[in-house]
Amino acid sequence: MQYKIEVVDKPGIFDAVGQGVTRDILDLGISGVKEVKFIQVYILEGNLAIGQVISICQELLTDNVAQDYKILSSQEARGLAFNSQSRRPMGALAQHIIEVTYNPGVMDPVEASVLKGIQDLGITEAISVKTAKKYIILGKLSLSQLRTISEKLLYNKLIQHIVNLRTPEADTQRLPGYNFNLIKVDLLSASSARLLEISKRGQLFLNLNEMRQIRTYFRKLKRNPTDCELETIAQTWSEHCYHKTFRGNIAYKESKAVPKIGNKSIKNLLKSTIMKATRELDKKWCVSVFKDNSGIIKFDDQNNICFKVETHNHPSALEPFGGANTGIGGVIRDSMGTGLGAKPILNSDIFCFAPPDLAFNKVPTGSLHPKRVMKGVVSGVRDYGNKMGIPTVNGAILFHEHFSGNPLVYCGTVGIIPKNKSFKQTNQGDLVVVVGGSTGRDGIHGATFSSGELTHESETVSSGAVQIGNPIQEKKVLDTMLKARDLNLYSAVTDCGAGGLSSAVGEMGSELGAKVYLDRVPLKYSGLSYMEIWISESQERMVFSVPPKNIDKLIEIFANENVEAAVIGEFTGTKRLELYYQDNLVCDLDMHFMHEGIPQIAKKAVYIQAKHSQPKIPEKKNLTVDLLKLLGHYDICSKEWVVRQYDHEVQGGSVIKPFVGIKNDGPSDASVTKPLYDSNKGIIISNGINFRFGFIDPYWMASSCIDEALRQIISVGGSLKEVAILDNFCWGNPDKADRLGGLVRAAYGCYDTAKAYGVPFISGKDSFYNEFNVHGKSTPIPGTLLISAISVMEDVNKAISMYAKEAGNLIYVVGQTRDELGGSHYYDLYKALGNQVPKVYHDQAMKTFSALSRAAEKGLVSSMHDCSDGGLGVALAEVAFSGGLGMDIFLAEVPRVPILKRNDTLLFSESNSRFVVEVEKLKQKEFENNLQGISFGLAGCLTSRSNFKIYGLDGKICIDTDINSLKKAWGDPLKW
Amino acid sequence: MIKPKVCILRSAGTNCDKETAAAFKLAGADTESLHINNLVNGKRSLADFHILALSGGFSYGDDIASGKIFANELRFKLSDSLRKFIADGKLIIGICNGFQILVKSGLLPGGTTLKQNTSLIINDSGKFEARWVYLKPGSKCIWTKGLKQVIYLPVAHGEGKFITQDRAGLEGLKINQQIVFQYCNAAGRLSGYPDNPNGSVENIAGICDQTGRIFGLMPHPERHIFASQHPRNWNKKLKIDGDGLQIFRNGVDFIKEKFVYITGRGKATKNGAKNVCKKR
Repeated sequence: MQYKIEVVDKPGIFDAVGQGVTRDILDLGISGVKEVKFIQVYILEGNLAIGQVISICQELLTDNVAQDYKILSSQEARGLAFNSQSRRPMGALAQHIIEVTYNPGVMDPVEASVLKGIQDLGITEAISVKTAKKYIILGKLSLSQLRTISEKLLYNKLIQHIVNLRTPEADTQRLPGYNFNLIKVDLLSASSARLLEISKRGQLFLNLNEMRQIRTYFRKLKRNPTDCELETIAQTWSEHCYHKTFRGNIAYKESKAVPKIGNKSIKNLLKSTIMKATRELDKKWCVSVFKDNSGIIKFDDQNNICFKVETHNHPSALEPFGGANTGIGGVIRDSMGTGLGAKPILNSDIFCFAPPDLAFNKVPTGSLHPKRVMKGVVSGVRDYGNKMGIPTVNGAILFHEHFSGNPLVYCGTVGIIPKNKSFKQTNQGDLVVVVGGSTGRDGIHGATFSSGELTHESETVSSGAVQIGNPIQEKKVLDTMLKARDLNLYSAVTDCGAGGLSSAVGEMGSELGAKVYLDRVPLKYSGLSYMEIWISESQERMVFSVPPKNIDKLIEIFANENVEAAVIGEFTGTKRLELYYQDNLVCDLDMHFMHEGIPQIAKKAVYIQAKHSQPKIPEKKNLTVDLLKLLGHYDICSKEWVVRQYDHEVQGGSVIKPFVGIKNDGPSDASVTKPLYDSNKGIIISNGINFRFGFIDPYWMASSCIDEALRQIISVGGSLKEVAILDNFCWGNPDKADRLGGLVRAAYGCYDTAKAYGVPFISGKDSFYNEFNVHGKSTPIPGTLLISAISVMEDVNKAISMYAKEAGNLIYVVGQTRDELGGSHYYDLYKALGNQVPKVYHDQAMKTFSALSRAAEKGLVSSMHDCSDGGLGVALAEVAFSGGLGMDIFLAEVPRVPILKRNDTLLFSESNSRFVVEVEKLKQKEFENNLQGISFGLAGCLTSRSNFKIYGLDGKICIDTDINSLKKAWGDPLKW
Repeated sequence: MIKPKVCILRSAGTNCDKETAAAFKLAGADTESLHINNLVNGKRSLADFHILALSGGFSYGDDIASGKIFANELRFKLSDSLRKFIADGKLIIGICNGFQILVKSGLLPGGTTLKQNTSLIINDSGKFEARWVYLKPGSKCIWTKGLKQVIYLPVAHGEGKFITQDRAGLEGLKINQQIVFQYCNAAGRLSGYPDNPNGSVENIAGICDQTGRIFGLMPHPERHIFASQHPRNWNKKLKIDGDGLQIFRNGVDFIKEKFVYITGRGKATKNGAKNVCKKR
């Protein structure tokens, strides 16, 4: 028996979903929609009496104060095909009904909750629940407009479909069962051409050398591989899991770039740059680096903290909500899978999109509009982060047209972990236990898929790579695993990320070997083959290594809070990976070959410094308009619409928040978090990212990103005593010499700068093939490096914030401004790049940093803000309007190189290592004594009026406005 | 010394239990974070506690509606022990998702009737919002005893717009002094968005039942127990404590007075006595 229930808001109750869709339709450029009404649909199946259905509606599905419900007969229950919708002839206001539901096999978390709710009512007859969303669109729409609205806003065909007359059963359709059938792939007799075809057809993304290597291995064994063995190798050797490019051999050539790296052949770029800096700096507070799922540093005598930043670009391009949702879910599991399990205490999120106002005809075929992508990604992060109860305290959003086919979504998580739980050790005889979500068909081929370029066909070809998260499932796993951890019930844990069980068990068993019985893995639904079970990337799963004596206790702890845990095998000691399905051996691989057998790849890299045209901008007397324009630049303007949707206070540790100021809406630099209730010790998190500098020279981009991350730490009162950094490279196709050339320069920039500042890398990640391929023409994203920094602060009560505190206080500018407008946002206003990219002058910068943190420590600083995007002008404006105070500034007092003669250069150059510092008059002398030998200038003061005045080098006024106009220009662009 | 015992009741998706426990500890209570399964399957009993705290989070993912499934567990699985708990004169507080649970279960504003007649629905802004708000106190709620000044707390929710079934329901809350907090501006004047972050009728941020012992609110008092949590007072230049702490102190002090020290007053004090024994 099937019942369809529709729940709708009572008249007079604000229909938020409907209103939201109405707004989004306007964003699509479609007018003529009068109203959209949202209806939540539940389809109950089971031998239910109507009385039972009514009480389910009244007691569970409906909020009687705000909603009404309707039980439809099976006839009405049939959704209507939306192409036969229009109840009246086109032209008149018609009512269009569009009903969207999940595709069979796509996990809908609500179903389980509803079933539980029904059982709580004492009703046991319900066997299944499906949900659907019904939209009633009232307006004048053509069929094609209706189709656009449906496809661009209401559903994503990868995971959902429109309930439709032609497929009346679609929403209750059952999946077929599975009969075992061992599939072998004929490699032994395969020609080179055939090998490549096998790789392509199977979406293995393996090159000819690698396929040959595999063929040789199996020729030795005198047998063909099973599909499962081939998939396992492909996943282990994928760029995503093995980082071939960073570990391979690179023949590098460059021409007239400064500083010179010189032509050389590089063996393992990672070891010769990023990891080398860490090794040479050899900091004693580095606990675990580049080994575990995240990097670990010391926090206090009992605790360590860990930090990992991941990217989830390709899935977010195809399904923004699901992609970002599972992206943040995955990086949270990285910290849960660090050591014996860290407790996640904060998240950071950095995104790169195409401009949200991009013309629709400029959106590449097969891609979604950037505004849709941005809204989806933000909701995905909001949903998962908030529901996990992890504050999102730090982030950034940048924009460039070349992200239109391939956005960047960086998600980072910091965890805290007891010192004595920071390491894991799988032991022979331990059981392999999979915990959390059941396994379904979602996320097949994620690892290999992210090792290839997106094309306009990706959305169909790789649809399996899209996943939907269930944060509550992951929260349950977290709650219970920390209990089990503190009872010492397991010896190792790792998360199921890309590659699923294949990657998790493969890594954990790489030394010992493992035997797994795939038919013992809990499944979401029937029909999965042994191979799908093995490589599925279903979310919210962790793999534990458990001594047999503890297994009952462990499973009890999970069961008490409704978390599924299943023993699926053991770690053997045979150094082999043996997989069984119903007693059939389906995979038998030598661990050594899996992890070491990959042929060394050799790639060519060439870097030729491009010469960009130098813009001729006439010198202007009045720069007020330019400042206002800069404040409104998408990179610079307020991201309040986004940040307010993240809970940044949960866990009660937030000290310096994403927004500060008298109205809590000024742009904070780094975030400060106090993770323990009984200690004032804090954690500082910051990030540096600026792909614009990379257009000119990736070396200086990398150097500047590190400087930016560090000066933000100084701005909140931190120091460089204990700072660790993370590298996240998002790059184009590394098989193309020019893309790889830029990467090499960036990596060397990382080494030199980290070394000079004494800040070790503790973890990192690379995401390649970020190119969008339309009909053969491939556009790479701007090569982008994100540097995330983490630091420990002795006393959060000594933290500093960026907003102006008190009228009459003095404003200092610290650090030299240079003629470095190259890659600046000021030039971007004029659609130009220039060549004078900001450089980093380590020696001076180090002095500046330590002097300022000394001054802050002594309580001499009232507020501090670093100069970055938009330069000094933007920094001064932000300090003033965030504090609600006026400002008078005299550029003649600002420290600068002698050749710098123009006001616009001084105001908008994005030179590194500079700060705007507020100091009380009484502390002037002591503050200045602290800055001996550092270039600084007393540039002006704060006023109680709202005027914002800047006097140029010639002493004449060049910016004359008030803080309200500045704040409006900054606040409005992304106020959605 | 005997401390009041607080049960912080968890379910899948509860996520403010630790900071809520920290607040109660700071106020002088013993806390235990208990998964609701332990009450439903009878392994543990509410009778062992003096205060029931429903903390913030997304119980069961807020599927169907925020707090709905948790609320039904209370109504259909734990109603008897809840009625007894309330009859014994003990205390209940619900914060954010906890408030949503109290409202959807009917424990607020009606007490033990367990029939829902008010609701918390999606914000007028149509989205989840995290911001700091000013709150104007004024009611017979024991949790806010002595609070005269406007206090400052963070909110973080998507479904916080308080509504009543009808006009009469709203009047009832006013007449019986059940409106515990109203959103206002820094000066204490009632004003619109964003001071009222969700569009609640009469700017209502929190209510209590007729006894003043069951209290629910959308803002998070447990997120402002230290100066360091205040957006502009991490350096303690304005004041030493967080504004939220007094609420937890009030609850704990009420129990100390009624249960822990005085003996020979019915069942509830037996629990008091039981605690004494446990402690020894």
